[in-house]
Amino acid sequence: MILITIFLAVAVFALVLSFAALHTWIERKQSAVMQDRIGANRATITLPWKWAAPINWVLRPVNQLGLFHPIADAIKMFMKEDYIPPYGDRFLHTLAPLLSLTFALVGFAAIPFGDELVIGSLRIPLQVAPINVAVLYLFAMASMGVYGVILAGFSSNSNYAFLGSVRAASQMLAYEITLGATIVGIVMIYGSLDLQEIVRAQGKLLFGWLPCWGIFVQPIGFFLFLAAALAETKRIPYDLPEGESEIVGYFTEYSSMKFGMFFFTDFIETIMIACLAATLFLGGWQVPYLGAAGFEFPWQAVVALPQFVVALLQVAAFVFKVVFFCWLFMTVRWTLPRFRYDQLMALGWKGLFPVSLANIVVTATVLMFL
Amino acid sequence: MTIKTKILERPTMGFLQKIYLPEILRGVWITSRHFWKNLFFHFLHWLGVFRAIQAAVTIMYPESRRPVTPRSRTRHRLTKRMDGSPRCVACMMCETICPARCIYIVAGEHPDPTIEKQALNFTIDLGKCVYCGFCVEACPEDAIHMDTKILEIAAYSRERMVLDMNELLNPHLGVRGGPEHTSCPRIEGIRGNPEYTRLAKS
Repeated sequence: MILITIFLAVAVFALVLSFAALHTWIERKQSAVMQDRIGANRATITLPWKWAAPINWVLRPVNQLGLFHPIADAIKMFMKEDYIPPYGDRFLHTLAPLLSLTFALVGFAAIPFGDELVIGSLRIPLQVAPINVAVLYLFAMASMGVYGVILAGFSSNSNYAFLGSVRAASQMLAYEITLGATIVGIVMIYGSLDLQEIVRAQGKLLFGWLPCWGIFVQPIGFFLFLAAALAETKRIPYDLPEGESEIVGYFTEYSSMKFGMFFFTDFIETIMIACLAATLFLGGWQVPYLGAAGFEFPWQAVVALPQFVVALLQVAAFVFKVVFFCWLFMTVRWTLPRFRYDQLMALGWKGLFPVSLANIVVTATVLMFL
Repeated sequence: MTIKTKILERPTMGFLQKIYLPEILRGVWITSRHFWKNLFFHFLHWLGVFRAIQAAVTIMYPESRRPVTPRSRTRHRLTKRMDGSPRCVACMMCETICPARCIYIVAGEHPDPTIEKQALNFTIDLGKCVYCGFCVEACPEDAIHMDTKILEIAAYSRERMVLDMNELLNPHLGVRGGPEHTSCPRIEGIRGNPEYTRLAKS
């Protein structure tokens, strides 16, 4: 059993990391296609020898799509000088990106990506760590991410980096409260803090035909969650902590792969938030009308399926939903301009937070009388 | 006549704009429409159909180029007579009119006694040239043109920006791929250029 868990953990870890690396490619290409451009396609590998023609034939579409750019990025990052500011704190300066990356990655352990896979007498839960307070665990880990940001600014011995980290921290805290408050509605409705239980509860049908997904029972909560979650990932329109080239942010004093790790953390957080949004609001691994034994449509039609096909469909559905959310976040990132800092704070404290509180009250009232 | 002023009302945000969401959805709708349309046509291009419909405005620069209009002033060339000798009679008109003073002509005796002069050397310093086209206008013999469509004029030193008569008479000499694929004003290719190797080493 422990071996299976380790295998699942390694598989999820590898998939998340490779998808995060692919995110740099998606970012380039999606922005290009959205803006009627072609996008980066100059990192190519072509073998010069005549006998390598079949290999070149395989490499050609990869070259044309620019899929070697993540590798080129990684090589560039590793080759660069790793600079630690002379009066900075060496230890904390190195620790900060590690903390950021670690706390972004450990969250994936609690995400259920399928129900159960039954092989003979073995029942494998498709979740790395079946924690019964997974929601709390995830939010604890997400909040710990602020430590990396704070430490990065603190240990750099640069006032600008420090101010940037303070800005980032206040933004992340402001939006984390909203994020937590939007989840409360979901937790109240499904009556559990266990993500697997929440997803299972979303398999029921409303009015006999509508899947009981979070987006249908908590539509306002869904939009609040998306808005707050985007702020958590520190990407446009909430990218004041880093601000690409214009604003001096918390990782000003970072270079080489340490900078790359902060960059990577952003992408991993995006995937994390996409997983969370899919799990809480789009029914996680639920396929509409798919039960444990196959499809059971509301018009009494039944399609029986073997168990492993069901499990496979569930995992595929989860991956599809996650990819959809990643696409959506990327589209939003390349559509909107950046908020001003006072607008950001006003939106967080005066806009999203009160609405999320009202959402809790309304949900509680409705649940009480239902 | 008095100046009329038109006072423009500052646009105020209504409720729907203030809550951001409908406007954001509108923006996401526009960008994602572009995204899916372009992706669809990229896919069709990959299949080899509908290539006439553009999915991207990008011109893949070194491989394909934007067409150069015939009247645009590009790198100079010296024209030749039917027998291949340069048309230039070393009248010094172009050297005189040149506002950047980048043309240097060395005049000499022509072997034929009925012809007064010929240019022994004709040098243009492209590092000084402002591409005004006055030399072309001034030439009474139609001996200098600016129609080679060579736009990439770059070198690793100022000396290499100077073109001598041979290069001006044969503008595509040593330029990779002939008139459509030009990259370097000099006869040497970029790899064989000692300047390049020196810079690459340092």
